[in-house]
This record gives sequence, C-alpha cells and structure tokens, in this order.
Amino acid sequence: MSTTPGITAQDLRSRRVPPMGGFTLTALKLEVRRLTRNRRTVIIAIVVPVVFFLLFGLNNQYANLRYGHGNVSAEVMISLALYGAVLATTFCGAMVSIERAQGWSRQLRLTPLSPVAYISIKILTALVLGLCSVIAVYVAGIVTHKPSMSVGLWIATGASVWIGSLLFAAFGLFLGYLLPAENVMQLLGLILALLSFAGGLFIPVSQYPHVIQEIAKWTPLYGLNELVHTPLLGNGVDWTWVVNVLAWLVIFAGGAVWRMQKDTARV
Amino acid sequence: MTEMTASAGARPASSKTLLAVDLTGVHKYFGHVHAVDGIDLEIASGEIVAILGPNGAGKTSTIDIILGLSQPSAGHVSVMGMQPRQAISRGLISAVMQTGGLLKDLTVSETVEYTGSLFASSQPVDEVLRGAGIADIADRRVGKCSGGEQQRLRFALALLSDPVLLVLDEPTTGMDVEGRRNFWATIRKDAEQGRTVLFATHYLEEADAYADRIVLLRHGRIVADGTSSEIKAMAAGRTVRATLAGASEDMLRDVPGADTVEVRGDTVLVHSTDSDATARYLLTETSAKDLEITARGIEDAFLALTGDDTAAARTGASS
Repeated sequence: MSTTPGITAQDLRSRRVPPMGGFTLTALKLEVRRLTRNRRTVIIAIVVPVVFFLLFGLNNQYANLRYGHGNVSAEVMISLALYGAVLATTFCGAMVSIERAQGWSRQLRLTPLSPVAYISIKILTALVLGLCSVIAVYVAGIVTHKPSMSVGLWIATGASVWIGSLLFAAFGLFLGYLLPAENVMQLLGLILALLSFAGGLFIPVSQYPHVIQEIAKWTPLYGLNELVHTPLLGNGVDWTWVVNVLAWLVIFAGGAVWRMQKDTARV
Repeated sequence: MTEMTASAGARPASSKTLLAVDLTGVHKYFGHVHAVDGIDLEIASGEIVAILGPNGAGKTSTIDIILGLSQPSAGHVSVMGMQPRQAISRGLISAVMQTGGLLKDLTVSETVEYTGSLFASSQPVDEVLRGAGIADIADRRVGKCSGGEQQRLRFALALLSDPVLLVLDEPTTGMDVEGRRNFWATIRKDAEQGRTVLFATHYLEEADAYADRIVLLRHGRIVADGTSSEIKAMAAGRTVRATLAGASEDMLRDVPGADTVEVRGDTVLVHSTDSDATARYLLTETSAKDLEITARGIEDAFLALTGDDTAAARTGASS
C-alpha cells in the first residue's frame, strides 16, 4: 500500500489522471460483450430488418424495376438497412436508462471516466451493433441476388447508412436519460416504427396525402433516409435534408448532454 | 460543557500534512429546503470519522458534496487539497454505496476489470478478487450474486485505485449482525494502513464502536463533533424534572450543572451533568416542587442532540 498516515502533497504527485478521460478499449470490449448477452436487442436489430427485406425487397412485381442507378430491390434494401441500424443504435443508446436504474452511471461518476469518454464508449458500442445490422441486411441482399447496383454504390450507401445511424445513437442516449427504464424499450420500438413510416423507410413519402407529406419532412428520419438513397438515385442533395439531419443531431446530442449533466440521482 | 466541542484532539496538525477533507461554510439548498446549513469540517488523513444523524439531517448531501456528485450552493470544499473531481480522477477517493451501483449483466470479474480499466493505475484483478474473498464467484453474473457478495464486490471496486479517502454511505444497511461485524473488521484492518475513512450512519452503536471521531448532524448543521467518549460525556447525565410556576429559560440559565434547559408550561426539564447540584439549587433557590431525577440513556441523549424537535427550547449552559 502506498498510503501512510499523514499524506503530503508529494505523495499525491505520483497519482496520475488517466489519458483520454478514462476511455479504454477494455471498457469498450466489455460493453460490446454485454450487448451480445442482450439477445432480444440483437435479434430485433439484426433479424427484424433482414426478415422485412426478405418480405418486401424481393417481390417480383417491382423488385427489378429500375430505380436511379440500380433497382427497387436495392432501394428497399438501403431503407431496411437504415431501419435496422437505427433500431440498433437507438436501443444501445437507450441502455443507459437501465444503467441509471441500476445505479451504474452514478458509480461511474466516482471513477476518472469523463462524461465525454463515457458517451464515446456508448456511441461506439451502438455503432458496432449498427454495423452488424447493416451488414446483415446487405448480406441478405447479396445472397438473394435481387438488389442491383454497382459495387461502389453498395459501399457508398452502406457506409452512409452506418454513419448516419450515429444520429440515432444520440437519440437513444437522450431518451435513455429522459425516460424511466421499465418501458423505454417498448416505447422506443413504437416511436421508431412511426418515425420510419414518416421518414419514408417503408412507404415512399410521395405516396402520402399532401398534409402528411408536409409534416413528414420535419421528422428525424426523413432527411437521413433521403440522404442515404442519394448515391443510388443520383439526383443530387437537397439542402433541407442536410438541415433536417443537423438540426435533429443538435437536439438529440444537446438533450443527451443536458440530461446527463443533471443525472446524479441515487437509486 | 459546550454543545460545540472542538474536533478530536488526537489528529495531527502539522502544516505539511494535507487535510483529507476540508469543508468551509458549506451550504446546499434544494429549492426552499436547506439540506446543508453551514458546515465547517476538517478531517485529517488517517482518521476514521462517522457522520451520525437521523434521516434528513444532511448526511447524504454532505457526502455527495465531498464526492463531487453535487456542487455546494455556497462555501468551499477540498479533498486532499484539490477539488473533489480532481481527486476522483486521480483515484484518491472511493465510495461504497448502500445499494445499486452494479451492472447485473456483467460477471464479478468483468465488473472489476471494467472499473479498474478506468483508472490510470489499479491493482491486478485477480489480487483484488482474492482480497475481497470473491475469487470463487469471479465468473458469476452480478445479478445472480447475493446481497453480501454484491457488497463485497462494491468494496473490492472501491479499493481498486488504492484510494486515500474511503467514503461509506450507510454501508451496513440490510446486513445481519455477523455480516456487519465482518465488514467493520475489514474496514478497520484497512484503515490501519493509513487510509482515511468517512462513513455515514444512523446506527449509534456503529459510530460508537468503529469511529475515532463522531460528527453529529442535525438539520444540516454540526451539533457535536468529538471522540466517542467526548460525545458520550456530553450526552450522558440525568434529567431533572420539576414543577415551577412562572419559569422561564432565562431565569434558569445559571442553574448549576445544567446542560440544557427546557420549559413546558409549568414543567421544567433540566438536562444536567451534575443532577445533585441541579436538584439542590432548584429546591433551595426556587419554588420548584415535585422534583424527579431520571437517568437519561445514551440513546435518549443522541435523540436529544439530533432529534427533530425544533420546537423545544434549548440553551447551551456555557455557550
């Protein structure tokens, strides 16, 4: 033991602050391992989008129709990869509500781990599951031979979906800090389904009545969904999509930081 | 005898020695509630200090401020000569929670590994598990561990960074007598190596048996601060009760031996460290009658010092 009665300033000099606010690969590894133990989340985030793709992405009535630089099956695949990635990252982010309920986030505040480092670990963990989700849907696409687009577009759209799902890691964190643990997951499933409809992931927004279309353009999945399809469609980027994504990112990330700073509650 | 004794005389006062905890004029408000109402507290390193008080006395708020979990509304706090957060990021402070603070889906050893990885340097996982007597359940999920096993795990986590100050908030709540005794044996052994230990409790016996020094809190203020025997001396004594028409506290201020004086209508209650002198005075110098002397148990004394009895008039005899 290094401690002796009568600690002096000299004794404390040997005590260091960890680099990077306490961020370590060990913590990240253990967070990912925790995730794999949460079977329900993994199944929902990976199996559900794949099943949806098999149901809606292979229909011969429209799957092979031309769509931008590819076909409709590719368009559906991108939408469902986005749906899966969004489920994955939101659920991972929202796991902080369970950690709060168990007093773990309070325990972490008694370690050198900085809030920024903690959030980074959470977001990277969410992106790991998000990536699994994108890969699962794209592998289903490769295996079924239906989606058609160039190799470059497979990579470009897949990467866009994955990076874009970061927005929903922030969304999950925000709601995880805002809502009690008991029903956060069920509630999120419902909210994400509604947002996916509004964002045009399941049905193109252009098929909705005019009023609904106008409302849908303000919802957080609309801009992202349009952006991830841009490489395939090849008709350029509308600045309102970018504004939509950035505005919601500010809201979700700002909300998460705001709630986190208030969070020292005991359990 | 004063109500506010000086803090324990045994602690070193060398200027080279850093205070483990130094609170100056600390206040904490929650809306209109004044949870901490002006606390000055100096704890030297190596002391074992109990913060004793009933629920709502401000124990938890004070501890949260020392741990950097909440900011004081006013006043200054330093731990090992630095801000609490700086001390925590160097692994100098640890705390053992009463409940919670563990992830159910991690195993025991993973929890230790995770927490240890967050510090610049920490003890090896295997060693910590063995030291805490939980090596045999290293691969068990935390959610499947018993309450006692979880408490040992929390204790192991708190020692990972070899802290200089260990803070325990109601550490033995829910433990049986045997568990409580074992827990304190471990803490004492640990403190012998020079660690400063600060624990909050509402168990009188626990503070009495395990602390070098007891700080009594009531309504967010320190009402007594001293060694266990000093507090006992202060709290011991007898209560002299008499009927005295037209009594007032002012007129009874100089009653010999009186520690506190309370007037309820025509009834006078004098808590006295010299009940003979008090009784003699009341019977000879005043028109008091129906005099009655009762020994006050230590429990009653602590209740009197910390109790939620604001309406009762109390005056310190010599303060």
